[in-house]
Amino acid sequence: MSAASPTIVKLPDQSTATMPKKNFINAEHGLLSWLLTGDHKRIAILYLISITVFFFIGGAFAGLIRLELLTPQGDLVSSDTYNKLFTMHGVIMVFLFLVPSVPATIGNFLIPMMIGARDLAFPKINLLSWYLYIAAGTIMLTAMALGGVDTGWTFTTPLSTHYLNTHVLTTAVAVFIAGFSSIFTGLNFIVTIHRMRCPGMTWFRMPLFVWAHYAASILMVLGTPVLAITLVLVGMERVFGIGVFDPTKGGDPLLFQHLFWFYSHPAVYIMILPGMAVISEVVSTFSRKRVFGYTAVAFSSVAIALFGFFVWEHHMFIMGVSNYSALVFSLLTMLVAVPSAIKIFNWCFTLQQGSITFETPMLYAFGFMGLFTIGGLTGVFLGSLGMDIQLTETYFIVAHFHFVMVGGMLMAFLAGVHFWWPKMTGRMYPESLSKLAAVVTFIGFNLTFMPQFILGYLGMPRRYHAYPQEFQVLNVLSTAGATVLGVGYLLPVLYLAWSLKYGAIAGDNPWQATGLEWQTQSPPLTENFPEIPIMDHEAYDYEWLEHKTQHEVTHVG
Amino acid sequence: MGISPVLWQFLVKWLNASALFPSEASTIAPYMDALYFFLLSITGIGVLLVAVLLVVFSVRYRKAVHPVATQIEGSTLLEATWTIIPLGLFLICFVWGALLYFRIYNPPVNSMNIYIVGKQWMWKAEHPGGQHEINALHVPTGQPIQLTMISQDVFHSFSIPAFRIKREVIPGRYSTVWFQATTPGEYHIFCTQYCGTNHSAMIGTITVLSPADYKKWTEESTSGMSLAQNGERLFASMGCNACHSGNAAARGPSLAGVYGSKLLLNNGSQVLVNDAYLRDAILNPSQHVTSGYTPIMPTYQGQISEDGLIDLVEYLKNLSSNDRVQQTLTTSQSDQAAPSASGVVKP
Amino acid sequence: MDSAIANPHLDHDAAEHEHIVLPQHRHHFATEEQQREAGSFGMWLFLLTEIMFFGGLFFAYLLYRNWYYDAFVAASNQLSIPLGASNTAILITSGFFMALAVWAAEVRKKTLLVIFLIFTIVFGLAFLGIKYVEYHEKYEKHHIPGANFDVSEFINPSAYGLNEKPLPPDAAQKTQMFFFLYFAMTGMHALHMIIGIGLLFWLLARAQRGDFTNGYVAPIENFGLYWHFVDIVWLFLFPLLYLINRHPLAH
Repeated sequence: MSAASPTIVKLPDQSTATMPKKNFINAEHGLLSWLLTGDHKRIAILYLISITVFFFIGGAFAGLIRLELLTPQGDLVSSDTYNKLFTMHGVIMVFLFLVPSVPATIGNFLIPMMIGARDLAFPKINLLSWYLYIAAGTIMLTAMALGGVDTGWTFTTPLSTHYLNTHVLTTAVAVFIAGFSSIFTGLNFIVTIHRMRCPGMTWFRMPLFVWAHYAASILMVLGTPVLAITLVLVGMERVFGIGVFDPTKGGDPLLFQHLFWFYSHPAVYIMILPGMAVISEVVSTFSRKRVFGYTAVAFSSVAIALFGFFVWEHHMFIMGVSNYSALVFSLLTMLVAVPSAIKIFNWCFTLQQGSITFETPMLYAFGFMGLFTIGGLTGVFLGSLGMDIQLTETYFIVAHFHFVMVGGMLMAFLAGVHFWWPKMTGRMYPESLSKLAAVVTFIGFNLTFMPQFILGYLGMPRRYHAYPQEFQVLNVLSTAGATVLGVGYLLPVLYLAWSLKYGAIAGDNPWQATGLEWQTQSPPLTENFPEIPIMDHEAYDYEWLEHKTQHEVTHVG
Repeated sequence: MGISPVLWQFLVKWLNASALFPSEASTIAPYMDALYFFLLSITGIGVLLVAVLLVVFSVRYRKAVHPVATQIEGSTLLEATWTIIPLGLFLICFVWGALLYFRIYNPPVNSMNIYIVGKQWMWKAEHPGGQHEINALHVPTGQPIQLTMISQDVFHSFSIPAFRIKREVIPGRYSTVWFQATTPGEYHIFCTQYCGTNHSAMIGTITVLSPADYKKWTEESTSGMSLAQNGERLFASMGCNACHSGNAAARGPSLAGVYGSKLLLNNGSQVLVNDAYLRDAILNPSQHVTSGYTPIMPTYQGQISEDGLIDLVEYLKNLSSNDRVQQTLTTSQSDQAAPSASGVVKP
Repeated sequence: MDSAIANPHLDHDAAEHEHIVLPQHRHHFATEEQQREAGSFGMWLFLLTEIMFFGGLFFAYLLYRNWYYDAFVAASNQLSIPLGASNTAILITSGFFMALAVWAAEVRKKTLLVIFLIFTIVFGLAFLGIKYVEYHEKYEKHHIPGANFDVSEFINPSAYGLNEKPLPPDAAQKTQMFFFLYFAMTGMHALHMIIGIGLLFWLLARAQRGDFTNGYVAPIENFGLYWHFVDIVWLFLFPLLYLINRHPLAH
């Protein structure tokens, strides 16, 4: 690739290149070798396939929701069906897509490789995580097939305990099991990162990807069990009529809110931190530069995890909590916003003095930075007590969390899938088509969710099946955007599948990146490295990479 | 607010006319909108800043013109800058928002009280004069109005976007919010907490009238009995007058004038007698025993609806002497304790 | 943390010379020591998740004991201190035998290991047996929360021969909250014990085969951690549930 070329992609000569003869994909054959594998890379692929399936199921529900909201009347589906649609959209997207998306696919695949290990600490538990995920998904699908559930993904009591007769218990069991899948993944990551770094791999030589996953894993391990016990209590109240959340029996419905949000707020950081992990890697690679302020970015991940545990009451500001407790939680919410701002600026300044190219992962990363900034700053609106009164429970909230989760996290996930696709499969995806998909997604996303901010301030409540006439124009814009967005998400499935057979052979390091995972074949060997590497340079050391490449060039044969 | 009233009018009215912005119909609305525009500005500036950085750096340092990257570790000065400035801005949002919050959730003392009962899937409004409305609320301008709200079943949330107020309506305890309407007209009431099948149908209209029109409306729509009068009827029919008769040797304390007072309980603590206390004392009497009395009051949990409780609370709020209580003692037959079989007594 | 980074060349040489590859060494670990440390760390982390899991119940307990103290006192006084204290002693003894089992595995004494594991199981089963007796008594007295809950013993204790303060009816209803938390917390604890005993049987079978008396102690050690954790949870449950406002010399 010449210096003047606008891309850093360096592929081997396609007329002579072949896939590596032995890799983790062809090491063993047969379905059972996949279903009983301990190989973290195979488990990652299993996860990738499953979460994609659930993503499209959840996405189909979203499509139906937006279709219904084209008109002010509730005319496409009945009220009960609509309530089931948004509930199941939420449950599937949160628990079966967003929470495992990056950690269980890209994290599983890469964390051992990035730290120079042969596998995660507990391969069997890793496989168990996947089976728990599949069990949860199956039970969820069963609940759907049997008629669905309409509690909202937040299971608010006493509605969910005493006033609904849909499949609440089944869904609660599904979420409970999915929670343990998440806990075991986090546990595996923490032990691996602590104990299995290769010689020379100090904490501050690890890629920032690993730091962010470490922080997310702490949240997974400490937060998710509280959700589990909360679901147990809801189940027991439904089945035995206990009254722990029922005011007529002396219980307190606000207790449920505290217990539920104690997990569900850290959950949003569980979802976003792995996305931020990907952005660090992508921005660095496509600027050919070490991430600006490595230490700040590393510590900001841990700060987000820490502060993230202390802000849950900001979901309850208008629920009659003490004004003084609201003050404390609002202040803490403002504090937790700062580390995210630090990261955004550090990534921006990584570009400065860099040598920037605009391959698809970088386009998604840019999209992330813009959209996450909007999403994050609108979070500040909500953390500001008085402002929250007008905005809470409206479409402003819906817009806010879709900006951070879809505009942020999902874009980061796509950035990561594209970035590491050549490593995982040994094949390159078609660049122009992928760039198109990225742009289409960005446009579709903005069209879908920007109008919802306006709707929110106007007062349109969330979870509304029908709405006053004056809200229609904005809703139509939003649905139009959703159609475009759907196309943007379908395209990658198609061309990535195509690339498995027809894509260019990628070679070890098509992006000329610095991580340990790029210094070995694509796809990797089952044992990752022929010999355990010794880390003798800093993370993102492009000078080391330059030296190594030259060394290889001058010392062939 | 510090910005020209003309500019303000233009901004808000123009946006309102384009159905992009809610009308400002309460005294607190401009304050809410001011904070909103501030937050919008810092968001706009923040996004613009990030976008400019991305675009400028991408153009200036693209591979074609900058083929070799310069490795930079970082800059403590920059880190400090983009930590402290955002923190400072967020803390301004915190203080401003907190002041607004306390303003909205602390009613002025001269507020007129209206009760709201939410149930699946309608709103019931009860004026002290006895006017009952369903999915509607009539209020006058120029008068602070406090809404005392409770749910009969699940969580609901009472929202009037044009007034910029909203509060969760919870089963088991009262929640309050206040407003003062400024502009006559009709505005939306929404339920904003998902509450089951007809959540989106739990909407209504608040009609703001001039004080004269409001007075006319109250006269036209009264059902004959005010809430307090209904409460008095319940007080007798449920047997409360037997123990709370106001006699010196009565088994229960006199309730005349107790509302708003500081009461000494038999466990030594002092409580302020407000709406929530009265409601709780009826439902959980053993935890609210006045000093000098024994915990013999039966609980009425399950035997009285939220509407009935509101009637009783309103009655007790206005009770200044026990004369009429004494009268009802001789005319009613309820010397016995309240019925022990469960079942709601419809007021 | 740096201690985990062993020098691969030294170990490699040593292994080459002596060619001792420990049979339990999984090959994704660089050394067996790394594997052991990872396993132990993993178990501690898992116990941390269990603390958070029980934590939700403890939080609910904190709230309702604060709100309904009198009802909690009355209800707690219904629990049998002799049975509860015996159970505490039994569980501690079971834990003691588990610790002895770990020692036996470390010094490679198979018979002792098997005996100590058996005693651990026996005392664990005794604990569960007494719990069953207690639960059954509650069933007989209609103190299981739900439709058949009977508050009469709390409203009129003297009629049942109890030297207790009578509770007003609305406070008496709140005893149901105590019993719900009692069953939820001790029930969750018992569930963890049942799982533990199941695992103990499996460990017993493997110990009998000699799996743990030739240097591979990790499963016994890590299970010991789990068993002691379950023990500690009970040490919190017992005073919180059984000993509310008990006065040995009162009345």
